[in-house]
Amino acid sequence: MTTILERPTATEADPGHTPRRRPASRSDHPLWFLVPALALLGVFFIAPTVFNFVYAFTDWSSFKTEISFVGLENFRDLLGNGSLISDLRITVIYAALVAVFQNLFGLLLALLLERDTRVNRFARVAFFVPVIMSALAVGYVFQALLKPDGGLNAMLSFVLPGEVSVAWLGSTTWTVVVVALVHAWKWMGLSMLIYLAGLKTISEDVLEAARLDGASSWQVFRQIKFPLLAPAVTFNVATALLGSMNGFDIVQATTEGGPGGSTELLNIFIFRTFGQGLFAQATTMSLTLFLVVAVLAFPVIYLLRRRERVL
Amino acid sequence: MSAVSLPPSPGRAPAAPAGPTGPRRPGPLARFGQPVVALGAVALLLGVPFWLILATASKPHAEALDPDLSAPSRWQLGENVATVVQDGHMVSAFLGSLLVMVPSVLVVLVLGSMASWVLARRATRPLAVVYALCISGIVLPPAVVTIVLLLRQLGLAGTAVGMIGVYCGMYLSTVIFFVTGFVRTIPTELEEAARVDGAGPVRVFFQIVFPLLRPVLATATILICLYIWNDVFYALFVIGGRIDTLPLNLYQVASSGLYLQNWELIFAYIVVMSLPLLVVFALAQRRIISGVTGGAVK
Repeated sequence: MTTILERPTATEADPGHTPRRRPASRSDHPLWFLVPALALLGVFFIAPTVFNFVYAFTDWSSFKTEISFVGLENFRDLLGNGSLISDLRITVIYAALVAVFQNLFGLLLALLLERDTRVNRFARVAFFVPVIMSALAVGYVFQALLKPDGGLNAMLSFVLPGEVSVAWLGSTTWTVVVVALVHAWKWMGLSMLIYLAGLKTISEDVLEAARLDGASSWQVFRQIKFPLLAPAVTFNVATALLGSMNGFDIVQATTEGGPGGSTELLNIFIFRTFGQGLFAQATTMSLTLFLVVAVLAFPVIYLLRRRERVL
Repeated sequence: MSAVSLPPSPGRAPAAPAGPTGPRRPGPLARFGQPVVALGAVALLLGVPFWLILATASKPHAEALDPDLSAPSRWQLGENVATVVQDGHMVSAFLGSLLVMVPSVLVVLVLGSMASWVLARRATRPLAVVYALCISGIVLPPAVVTIVLLLRQLGLAGTAVGMIGVYCGMYLSTVIFFVTGFVRTIPTELEEAARVDGAGPVRVFFQIVFPLLRPVLATATILICLYIWNDVFYALFVIGGRIDTLPLNLYQVASSGLYLQNWELIFAYIVVMSLPLLVVFALAQRRIISGVTGGAVK
């Protein structure tokens, strides 16, 4: 089994080391080519990020004309009323749920639609349509579908005995899971395509050899396909985590952070407090999001990368 | 899943490749069961939501108060669309979406490619740091609140230029990441030949290098158009209430008290708003799919 775990296609060649005939002279690739892009990045990305670290410690709001430093007061307030911890927890839970669901659905769809038949090609294109749709629109569709007297309950009532009238978006415990499922529904087509591309890179000889050795389809999946999909898993988990940490549209359109703040992501809080004119508090939460993504994203990507190399 | 990948009977010798996917010989259950499962999944997971959109968008107001999966008693999609195009200011929203998207995409493609070219060709340690800084925006979220403050100080708050600048700051990272990797795979001989002929860096870049970047720029264009066209979060902060865009107006139609419960209009809006993207997708489906997935799996 170990021999077939080697990756069939030698794509490891580092593209960073293209052989060069003669050392490029400095004036061939002048540094001023960098200036316009760096200027835009500096003004519109880096400067606001630096401002984040400054204004999170002020009392900037729409109610005052002057801005003054207040130290850690914003953090103390947000910790004191519990919103920092609870929003942070919800954001991380939401991101983790989305990463799990989106990858699970994407992988199941990829395995289901793996063969190149006419039906499968149609289905793949169809599952990609939600990816190109506006997330806000998707949110409204599911808000309607998940109403207590909406389409999902009607369908369940048809199948199950008795009348089903679950308030899918009304539970302070489970709604975050439901909304994560909606998020995963929107993006599962992308994960599916990436898993399909990953499956394509697996050599048919390897699969055939395993089958001739008497491997069951589950063994073929667990021992061969899944390990060889590691790069696809890395990409899908990383993008799903980042996308959902930054989530806003779907949650805003389905629950607006409710019920009882149980689906209030950091971005929902930022939007709401900004609308109330509490700019410093919104900035504090924005800084929190920045730090959490920075702290979580890099180790996650690093770990997934290392797993790839081990396999 | 067993229906998808039943193992072949162990006694049979491997047959010649049956198609592009190779010599998979699905059993009878897989051959007839798999398409049924696939189409069933499409019908259940996609058919239901899409039917809900279309049916509700076509209903008279009274029937759409509680949106369900029933068919409208009278199809009036056209009327609802006409209403929402009028009341939702969809024409100006469409133009507003174009107004912020097109310049943003052009600017990030040209400036991002210029930077990527130098970053790819000059492998020095300081530039490696600059590169890391440039692509950090792929992972790190933009500081959306202080951006507004900055735009106010620059006098760009609520303007298209401000919004374009914000999108550029967000998506330059993506372009630089994609293009730098691509430039490294282009041999330098072409550039050198032009240089021997006396072309300066500007001509070398715009006449030789930039045209070669077409495939990777197509990918980046698709991704960035998708993000910007559908963006509502950053637009709400920067140009909300000042400039109409399609998602902003959808948000207004759906959340303003005037339209509360007007599901037929919300869904008619969604139908019209999704059409341009669906048409583009239908025309350039292969390109889009390979663009979005390309580079993800190495």
